[in-house]
Amino acid sequence: MKARISYAKLGKIRFTGHRDVARIWERTLRKAEIPVAMSTGFTPRIKMAFGLALPTGAESLVELLDVTFAEDSGLGVDDLDEVARRLDDSLPVGMSVTGVRECAASEASLQEDVVATTWLMAVDAPDVAARIDRVNASTEVWLDRERKGETRRDDIRSGILHLALISPENRDVLPPLWLGESRGDLIEAVLTTAGRGIRPTELIEALVPGSEPWNHLTRVLRINQWIEREGERVDVLTARPAHPTVCA
Amino acid sequence: MSSLWPRLEPLLARVRKPARYIGCEDGAASPRHGHGKVAWLLAYPDVYEVGLPNQGLQILYEILNERPDAVAERTYAPWVDLEALMRERGIPLFSVDTHRSADEFDILAFNLSAELVYTNVLNMVDLAGSPVRAAERRPTDPLVIIGGHAAFNPEPMADFIDCAVLGEGEEVIGEITEVVREWKASGRTEGSRQAVLRELAKIPGVYVPSMYEVAYDGDRVRGITPAYPDVPELVTKRTVSDLGQWQYPKSPLAPLTEVVHDRLAVEVFRGCTRGCRFCQAGMITRPVRERPAEQVRTMITEGLKRTGYNEVSLTSLSTADFSGIESVVTSVVPDPTACGAPTVSLPSLRVDAFTVGLAAKVASGRRSGLTFAPEAGTWRLRTVINKLITEEDLYGAVESAFSSGWSRMKLYFLTGLPTETDIDTEGIVDLAAGCVSIGKKYTNRASVTVSIGGFVPKAHTPFQWFGQNGVPELRRKIGLVREAAGRAKGVQVKWHDPAATLAEGIASRGDRRVGAVIERVWREGGVFQEWSEFFVLDRWLDAMAAEGLSPDWFVTRHRDENEVFPWHHLSAGLHHDFLWQDWRSALAEAGLEDCRWTPCYDCGVCTGDGLEHIVASPVAPAGGSQGTGQNLALGGSVPISLRPKSMVVS
Repeated sequence: MKARISYAKLGKIRFTGHRDVARIWERTLRKAEIPVAMSTGFTPRIKMAFGLALPTGAESLVELLDVTFAEDSGLGVDDLDEVARRLDDSLPVGMSVTGVRECAASEASLQEDVVATTWLMAVDAPDVAARIDRVNASTEVWLDRERKGETRRDDIRSGILHLALISPENRDVLPPLWLGESRGDLIEAVLTTAGRGIRPTELIEALVPGSEPWNHLTRVLRINQWIEREGERVDVLTARPAHPTVCA
Repeated sequence: MSSLWPRLEPLLARVRKPARYIGCEDGAASPRHGHGKVAWLLAYPDVYEVGLPNQGLQILYEILNERPDAVAERTYAPWVDLEALMRERGIPLFSVDTHRSADEFDILAFNLSAELVYTNVLNMVDLAGSPVRAAERRPTDPLVIIGGHAAFNPEPMADFIDCAVLGEGEEVIGEITEVVREWKASGRTEGSRQAVLRELAKIPGVYVPSMYEVAYDGDRVRGITPAYPDVPELVTKRTVSDLGQWQYPKSPLAPLTEVVHDRLAVEVFRGCTRGCRFCQAGMITRPVRERPAEQVRTMITEGLKRTGYNEVSLTSLSTADFSGIESVVTSVVPDPTACGAPTVSLPSLRVDAFTVGLAAKVASGRRSGLTFAPEAGTWRLRTVINKLITEEDLYGAVESAFSSGWSRMKLYFLTGLPTETDIDTEGIVDLAAGCVSIGKKYTNRASVTVSIGGFVPKAHTPFQWFGQNGVPELRRKIGLVREAAGRAKGVQVKWHDPAATLAEGIASRGDRRVGAVIERVWREGGVFQEWSEFFVLDRWLDAMAAEGLSPDWFVTRHRDENEVFPWHHLSAGLHHDFLWQDWRSALAEAGLEDCRWTPCYDCGVCTGDGLEHIVASPVAPAGGSQGTGQNLALGGSVPISLRPKSMVVS
């Protein structure tokens, strides 16, 4: 059977990259002694598929991974909690399993299915509220973006699905460690992942043009990944519908 | 103490590979600093990916953290992008474990596996906020200690270090800890630095350069003598007598990001008595001490379980020589874990068909490349360097490899060896072409890559008297190989930059005067000199000129029997007479047996130190001729003797 696992990546480990995380999971599955299916061929690999890459330096409460168990493992739906517990024990500090469910063979891959993700960002810049209003009021936002070594000028406005300042009284819902190490105003943004997608740093470039984004983006956290079912945006793991704002 | 993390964290998203700086590895210690504990900062003077796998550093890290009176953390050279940001903001060198500032440690201990990293050592000491010159350090500054193979000629670094440790560190780090603990308890008062160094100089294996005076006769070193009566005239290396008593690392580090040797490493033995005359490692790590096969198996099983790796590398200077190799390899291979059977990698393969058979047994998946090191192109030159591999051995190995499914071979050679003629140099391509034609019988994709490095004579080896080839001569020889390879199909050539070879030569056999050159190169921005994108030979030559030193004198000059080497007062246990005799034998093209399975020729190491070889098997391992007149394909017999010269057909 195939399992869809969600996990958090918080703290210092956020500076590992997507490839590093794949290697961490390979070692974790072996440490936890989970019988996984292997690909055939010269160099057999563990059958696992990752969701959208998390930018190096960003944190997340909802990273996703599909793992196929070995056919003769005898693992079923009832074993998923135990599998999750063993994986959680074997993951390095900063990574933990936050959910697991069976994934039907017919389900689309995470990379194809996810249409948008919600980000919380701590932005250290003057007049953040006014900058947000300006982007929300505009009909187009042009940006030079690099993909695979090539720079292209795109209008990213339609990919910014939601953008709002989080009022200070709503900060309490956030992890204390996260708040302790972030500076500036908190914003929430839902950004498209379709096509060329929009990276959190690109939104910051739109908010603070002409400046190195990481000078302003002091902390960034992915809190939701969305798929579309029957015209509605629903959570990829729980299939619950989206709230207008997560921290409202 | 305060963690530097809040100041570092905002910089990390802006630098390349920030995972280098976060620590958090599987197997990392939870260092607890405390009053009365000696704090060691174990430093590797290259980037994290290169330094993390270093076994010596991992072993000492664990042993120190087990001691109630010590605590150890690790640090690596920050890459130039982060270094620039750190200097801009006044952030000092930090540990990756708790991100503590380097100046909060009592000892800054560098592991030096090669010479071109010297400028990085200066850079890291400077980043730690300490004066780079030892004489200018205050009692509040950490003690700067170096160890590792390059520490066997520490003279070029003499002005910058407080101590050098010769040999293996397992035991001596405890003795150093005790002396430094006393110093710390006494309050490290003004003027006490001299006193603690004087105490450290009394520990066997610890060399304190400032306690010795060097006398010169013009350019020549006349003598190196202790400045005080209680400082030893000769410092001799430390050696652990029984590797089985040191089952380390027990908690191997598995990093969160990719590193150069990204697998579990288990050391199967130390030392090597094959006697290759160019090989400093083989000379300075004697005698051979094998780890019990049972312990090797335990370390493999537990290490794989702890780290989640599915590959283990059995390390040593020549792993096929390990008495228990077959039994260990067979017991690992069929032991499938949850995610497929672990694979075994055997670095430092001996060149013979038996060894390839072993490699075939352990290799899983695609058999892409296999590497052999014949080192020289003709049998004549191989007897000079005592790398006793016959052509039949090499071709047998290559035939076995191609027939077992490998399609690419890599052959390592040195050029600029003593007595090397153009026939020897061009012989490199003849050998490679011979390998290609064997490969063509098995696959159309057969290819052989020849990799050539310029030879740098090293301290404490029979070749320490030899004048290194200069840059033009090395370039000419590489040119000969390239030209000949152009005529041979299927032979590719790669080579190491002869300019870097010259700089390595300056640092390898230099004396204290070379220190000023290293400092100049560093001040001119010459860091990461092992990285070709940062290496500029002119920096080294300009610095030599500015100090009035001649590269010819230090590098290309042949030394005679009366030469007083800069490491005259330091001993790897080898008799001077043995080394000189072996140098004469080399010039006479006479080979020397491996003393593991033949009578002792008294190189000095065992007799001088009350040690002996610890080898589980009294007979030589199976494989090839191993330079003897016998076919050892089925295992050795005793006594083994070298074939007489007249029998050798080259």
